[in-house]
Amino acid sequence: MKKFIIAAMAMLIAAPMVSLASPESDLKKLQAHMFKKFPGVPLNEYGNGVYAIDKDRRVEWEAMEEFPPYEPAVDIGKKLFNKYKVAKCFPNKGIGIKQNYPMFKGGKVHTLEGDLMACLKKNGVDTKKEKLKYGKGKFAAIAAYMAYTSRGKKTNVKVPAGAATKIYNQGKRFFYAKRGQLNFSCADCHVYNPGVMLRTMKLSPALGQTSHFPVYRKKWQGGGGNPELSGLGTVQRRYGGCNKMVRAKPLKPKDGKQHPDYVALEYFHTYMSNGIAINAPGVRQ
Amino acid sequence: MRKPAKLILAASAVAMVLGTMLTPVSAGAADAENGKKLAEDRKKGNCTSCHAYKGANMPGNAGPPLVAMKARYPDKKKLRAQIADPTKANPNSFMPPFGKHNILSGKDIDDIAEWVHTL
Ligand code: HEC
Ligand code: HEC
Repeated sequence: MKKFIIAAMAMLIAAPMVSLASPESDLKKLQAHMFKKFPGVPLNEYGNGVYAIDKDRRVEWEAMEEFPPYEPAVDIGKKLFNKYKVAKCFPNKGIGIKQNYPMFKGGKVHTLEGDLMACLKKNGVDTKKEKLKYGKGKFAAIAAYMAYTSRGKKTNVKVPAGAATKIYNQGKRFFYAKRGQLNFSCADCHVYNPGVMLRTMKLSPALGQTSHFPVYRKKWQGGGGNPELSGLGTVQRRYGGCNKMVRAKPLKPKDGKQHPDYVALEYFHTYMSNGIAINAPGVRQ
Repeated sequence: MRKPAKLILAASAVAMVLGTMLTPVSAGAADAENGKKLAEDRKKGNCTSCHAYKGANMPGNAGPPLVAMKARYPDKKKLRAQIADPTKANPNSFMPPFGKHNILSGKDIDDIAEWVHTL
């Protein structure tokens, strides 16, 4: 009963976060919420996901990082990056820029992966024939290489007033809205209940969730295809997984473009990791 | 494996007593043993992912432990209502609305409530 009351109170306190506020104040509130929940965990540490708050599993994870399973994928990504001449489509030749994405430009929000796909097409790459698809495989490997070159740079997403803020708010609404047959919002799991166990899974905090994407997951590894690449996935692939978990439909790219709701979600979600260093690719269960 | 079997036995014994003594026997009398199965099935109730209870195998801790349920919910209907739609008591509940969203059938919820009442 006590726990029930505490949970109910936490929700009351958290509820105002859904109301319209500036991105800066949203970020401050989310950070304060987590700092209170997990005293002593410094901001940058949240980039390590659930391992920032799970000492037991951290040992296991550090062992995985000793022989990083994503290294072959980063090498493959670098080769493809050069082969498809990706450098010419991006600022600073595509090196060390991940921290600035998603980026508002020309009235639209651009994700790194969205611009990468546009670049491949612009450069005349036959993406169908080359099996370059959003979310995983060779495509995710190129994105992983680009993120890898950005390691150590702090997430620095900007949300200017006006149209950008509108898209940010669209993403924020998506994040806080209940969905699926099981009726969960992203926030239910990653804002109100991080640290809680669902059977044997510990929920990670929303803060810092984007810094290590694309990620290499043991769970995806077994999915067939080249084992060096199959474990790799972008943050939007993960959104699809979390949507499926609550029996909601994952949102698929349409006409070669990422779904606008996921683009908005990635914009909001990544903004919440501002100040946290890129440490991609990461390794997760 | 021993413990759960015992629990099922105990649970079904209670269900039998309840079924025969407290409520009028109907064709579709609630079945606590089946309720336990549904509650532990990941594709059905999956209650174990959030609630601890006696004999639970690696339970989660998102919800309160299910203990002394009969004392706390003398009226089984209230227990059933909480499972069917927890958003009534708490609009922002972390617990899925098993009845309202048709995750489980009415009979499934009857059986689960019957089982929870034995805890
Ligand atoms: C029912 C619970 C639940 C809901 C709802 C949920 N997730 Fe998750 N999510 C998990 C679990 C469990 C994991 C794996 C453990 C962890 O890292 O939290 C996870 C992992 C993630 C990760 C990877 C974290 C990492 O360190 O690699 C991201 C990103 C994520 N979720 C985002 C979302 C977003 C965005 C939504 C809403 C669209 C969402 N989640 C909804 C349970 C949930
Ligand atoms: C994803 C988490 C989750 C799942 C799955 C879940 N519950 Fe709950 N349950 C909760 C939470 C959280 C509460 C606290 C009340 C609230 O917030 O609605 C709760 C409350 C309850 C209560 C009231 C407890 C009390 O102390 O008064 C009962 C009874 C209950 N749940 C039974 C069940 C049963 C039976 C199932 C499976 C059919 C189930 N729950 C599945 C999270 C869950």
